[in-house]
Amino acid sequence: MSTPTIPRRSWAQRYHVKGIGWTVLMLVLLVASAQMTGVNVGMFFSNLGQFTNLLVRMSNPAWDYTTVIIQPLLETIQMAILGTTIGAAFAIPFAVLSASNLIHNRWLRGLTRLFLDLVRTLPDLLLAAIFVAIFGIGSTAGVVTLAIFSFGMVSKLFYEVIETIDMGPLEALESVGATKITIIWYAVLPQILNQFISYFLYTLEINVRASTVLGYLGAGGIGVFLQRSLNEFNYNQTAVIILATLVVVLVIDGVSNHLRRVLL
Amino acid sequence: MQTTITPPTRQRSLWQRWSWLLWVLVIGIIYFWTINGLKFSGFQESAASVSKSILHGLVHPTWSYVYDGSGEDLVSLILQTLAIAFLGTIVSALISVPFAFWAARGPKERYFLRSGSGKVVLTLIRTFPEIVLAIMFIKAVGPGSYAGVLAVSVHSVGMLGKLFGEAIENMDRGSEEAITSAGGRSGQVFVLATVPTIMPEFLSYTLYRFEIAVRSASILGMVGAGGIGTPLIFAIQTRDWSKVGIILLGIVVMVLLIDSLSEQLRKRLI
Repeated sequence: MSTPTIPRRSWAQRYHVKGIGWTVLMLVLLVASAQMTGVNVGMFFSNLGQFTNLLVRMSNPAWDYTTVIIQPLLETIQMAILGTTIGAAFAIPFAVLSASNLIHNRWLRGLTRLFLDLVRTLPDLLLAAIFVAIFGIGSTAGVVTLAIFSFGMVSKLFYEVIETIDMGPLEALESVGATKITIIWYAVLPQILNQFISYFLYTLEINVRASTVLGYLGAGGIGVFLQRSLNEFNYNQTAVIILATLVVVLVIDGVSNHLRRVLL
Repeated sequence: MQTTITPPTRQRSLWQRWSWLLWVLVIGIIYFWTINGLKFSGFQESAASVSKSILHGLVHPTWSYVYDGSGEDLVSLILQTLAIAFLGTIVSALISVPFAFWAARGPKERYFLRSGSGKVVLTLIRTFPEIVLAIMFIKAVGPGSYAGVLAVSVHSVGMLGKLFGEAIENMDRGSEEAITSAGGRSGQVFVLATVPTIMPEFLSYTLYRFEIAVRSASILGMVGAGGIGTPLIFAIQTRDWSKVGIILLGIVVMVLLIDSLSEQLRKRLI
């Protein structure tokens, strides 16, 4: 009869080298970051009065300001719709080109994916700052910003959808000699359409959120009024703008969530 | 004798046959409203020349800005941006844990009052624009990266709390039940079963949020909250496109490196 033996732990396991190593690394990084950013916990609490003062002034919204901001709020939604549509339209060919089950040329696929990765690195406000410099202050800069921002996001979501489709119908069409375009139209499109629309709506939600701050840099919409109220220290107006934005975001989220549940 | 086979016809109601027309109409009205509502300022005359100089600046970046040892150069400001994102993410991950347990629907909860209220609070935090938070914190602690850290810490709670909460809702309760049935007290259940089960997912979401925080930390500087955004907005305002070019390159390289590093780490976690 053999006696059961407990497996021996290696030296590294016994002294938790990995865990301790990660903890030490994290602590070092934390201390270094705190030094670099000049974090001073005491200062935050000693100046807490100013912060709460701000919150108190915000908690008393100027409701009569609501009528002023309805038009820019609608403009914000229009910017988001148009920007998302343009971005999604441009995303479709790029999504097809970067899907590994449709395009077998590794170089072409790698190149388009690298391009999409590069587009996705740029934050929305940074794009807005540059396009305001090009197109001038107004909603055009906002629409272009949102179009590029959603292009990067949608194309990635789209090609991931394309890569998960059932390859049976494609092979069937290929075996009877269909062209690439025919295959995409009759075998790929019916499989992905609902998910495309669902991701389109999801991107629209994100863009409505993003578009509310784009105006801060002059790219149209409600953000222009946000900046004005903050610069004039009219925090009760800022509160109205934030609350109105919240309502719009919740309504758009609700509609889009409902539609997506119906679609999928 | 020949029989003809007719395909079965499915009886469809009037609504099923014509509902697509309604959708077309609704979508048509929405787009009509959208395109009519927006005032296109059109291209400024300077748009072409500005774009040309931006492209020229991107091709000819100011390489001397990369490092000059003054502490105001690209490398030190990028490191500062990363520090803002890192610190903000860690703090918000710690704050998010209680929020997540508040917002997660418990297995025995009946009317979802607790979890529902937690979800509403998290949505409120999520919708509060990060830029406005940054401006508020600048009033409290003065301009600089400290305000950026505070803005990232508070704003990230909205998303991390939601993701953590969903992780708790979907977690495998088996190990918790095992410890309970062996007579473990609730504190022991939490430490020995709950925490080890959800830890990998929490870490993975935190890393994911760090990727997003790096992006937001690089633009928070535009309102004065530290990091690389401050010199960027100055360079754009003074039309110093070569400097804009080198800063953009710096941000792109930083984001790509962080994304791939975080992706590697996340792959090893789950």
